[in-house]
Amino acid sequence: MGFLDIDNATKAYGSVEVLHNVDISVQEGEFLVLVGPSGCGKSTLLNMIAGLEEITSGEIRIKDNLMNGVHPSRRNIAMVFQSYALYPNMTVGQNITFGLEMHGVPKAEREKAMKEAAALLQIEPLLGRKPGALSGGQRQRVAMGRALVRNPDVFLFDEPLSNLDAKLRVDMRTEIKKLHQKLGTTIVYVTHDQIEAMTLSTRIAVMNGGYVQQLGTPQEIYDKPANIFVATFMGSPAMNVVKATVAVENGRPVAQVALHDGSPVALPFSQDNMADWSGKEILLGIRPETITDEDAADRKSSNIAHLTNRIVVTEPAGSDTFVTMTLGGKDVIARMRSDADVRPGADFSFAVNMEKAVAFDPATESRIAP
Amino acid sequence: MSVASQDTAIRTGRVMRTLIYLVLLLFTLFYMLPLYVMVVNSVKPLDEITGGGMMNLPQVFTLEPWAKAWSSAQIGVEPTGLSPYFWNSIKMVVPAVAISTVLGALNGYVLTKWRFRYDTIVFGLILFACFIPFQIVLIPMAKMLGLMGLAGTTWGLVLVHVVYGVGFTTLYFRNYYAVFPTELIRAAQIDGAGFFQIFWRILLPSSGPIAVVSIIWQFTNIWNDFLFGASFAGADSQPMTVALNNLVQASHGVKEYNVHFAGAILAALPTLLVYIVAGRYFVRGLMAGSVKG
Repeated sequence: MGFLDIDNATKAYGSVEVLHNVDISVQEGEFLVLVGPSGCGKSTLLNMIAGLEEITSGEIRIKDNLMNGVHPSRRNIAMVFQSYALYPNMTVGQNITFGLEMHGVPKAEREKAMKEAAALLQIEPLLGRKPGALSGGQRQRVAMGRALVRNPDVFLFDEPLSNLDAKLRVDMRTEIKKLHQKLGTTIVYVTHDQIEAMTLSTRIAVMNGGYVQQLGTPQEIYDKPANIFVATFMGSPAMNVVKATVAVENGRPVAQVALHDGSPVALPFSQDNMADWSGKEILLGIRPETITDEDAADRKSSNIAHLTNRIVVTEPAGSDTFVTMTLGGKDVIARMRSDADVRPGADFSFAVNMEKAVAFDPATESRIAP
Repeated sequence: MSVASQDTAIRTGRVMRTLIYLVLLLFTLFYMLPLYVMVVNSVKPLDEITGGGMMNLPQVFTLEPWAKAWSSAQIGVEPTGLSPYFWNSIKMVVPAVAISTVLGALNGYVLTKWRFRYDTIVFGLILFACFIPFQIVLIPMAKMLGLMGLAGTTWGLVLVHVVYGVGFTTLYFRNYYAVFPTELIRAAQIDGAGFFQIFWRILLPSSGPIAVVSIIWQFTNIWNDFLFGASFAGADSQPMTVALNNLVQASHGVKEYNVHFAGAILAALPTLLVYIVAGRYFVRGLMAGSVKG
């Protein structure tokens, strides 16, 4: 039994089901991020929690109270919208206290709550201004102030940072995380940005096509993606997924992958049970940062595989250099130190941390190891 | 608007520009001519007009015709001037404009932010009111007003104008609210505002430009209406337009053209005033939402 329970929730428009049997239980103080590509149903789910969209079947409970059919204003939630949705005709102060006013809170209390929220978000000098006279970051703060002042059970964020420029987005991300750590409130946050999801959340629900593909901590999602969709959606650059054939060499299961010239290389698995797949084809997932030059290979890893392959393209990015090679017939990206001696067209000796490699069933696309 | 716009699409040479201004000036004169004739002749004694020379400036300036038109001219059988009818018109126009504008705003609000099944069909039916010719409804409307006990009253006229106006005002407000961010409505819902609170506190304060459009449109139409006024008004609820007609069409005595001119200007003055005061919002409101910005 959680703080916010979503039980078997389904949403259908007419005969079209857009959200299928979602089950999520959020504990008090958790920061849950719903992440997925556009049209995956994440915003619909958030609107259902808010009560802005009806739930077709299933249950949503907050603090064990059934919320189906309860008006948004009586759920004790607050929402921050993508466009901030500040009332253009009211000052910042009026924007922040409007909800309290509508709930019949006396004026003196409203003023006090507004002052506290404004101080917390450092927007006191803006209280007399209209939203039109604010910058994007300031509007964002006001929108959060409007949510904070209500002291809700659950905060709902609908892509709150996507209207900000890149630099401000990173700053506000940190702000939101600080705020969560300070207040310890329960947050459900929708984004399509996987970095936002990884950095902010205590747990992530990766969604696609109206299904929750995987629900877990950022580390679980990153290291043990449930399927190819999650594997490639989370992480930038995306996880490399290449065709491989499982064989057993010297009693150990290995993945045989074709190099650029078609000759095979054997990459030993860390999991003995991969031997069950001997002779079969699998999809091998390798994160770019687990392919390095020999010197930078993870010393703590018990399973470093080596392969020599031709470099196709190098992309220096300052902190790292991205190196593209052909493996298993596909472009594979490796993330190297910026001082690695890599030149396009040259053969290079790579180290692959196979401890971190993931194997998928090519038929179902679900993870089989680890 | 008044600043010479730098974003004019076509740059023209000096000769071309002079020519354009000349033509524009000509048109302006052409359009102003009737007003000139009316104003000039309304401040002349009658013999100057009957003696010919309608276009001449007055030799003797007098406001007598204005005073007469306002307070003592023969309207029908009573020598009351236009003033009681002016107030009749005001008593009819103000509530009719206010009610039809508020109803249009409410309709627009519901049709865009509280969507329901077949709402577009409902909107289409409301729009239909804009295209029904006045003459068609005269007899059924008279019957209805009789049944409701409103025949011959100012409130009867208010009702008729509201019914006819709601189609237009709904059209204006619906199109204006269609681009109003729905997230604002949702935020207000979460904040606990109800249907009417959202309308009064969030939507209406942001509706200035389109409200002005609606008010100007309704005001001019209702003020200038003659047909409904002539058909449904009683002796003590006749609007200005009907009284003006009675003044001008009087079949006895000398035709006092100067008084007629003054009366006509008096009848047109309120609409002119509304345009001058709120005219620039009119264009702004009509263009609202058409371009991003």
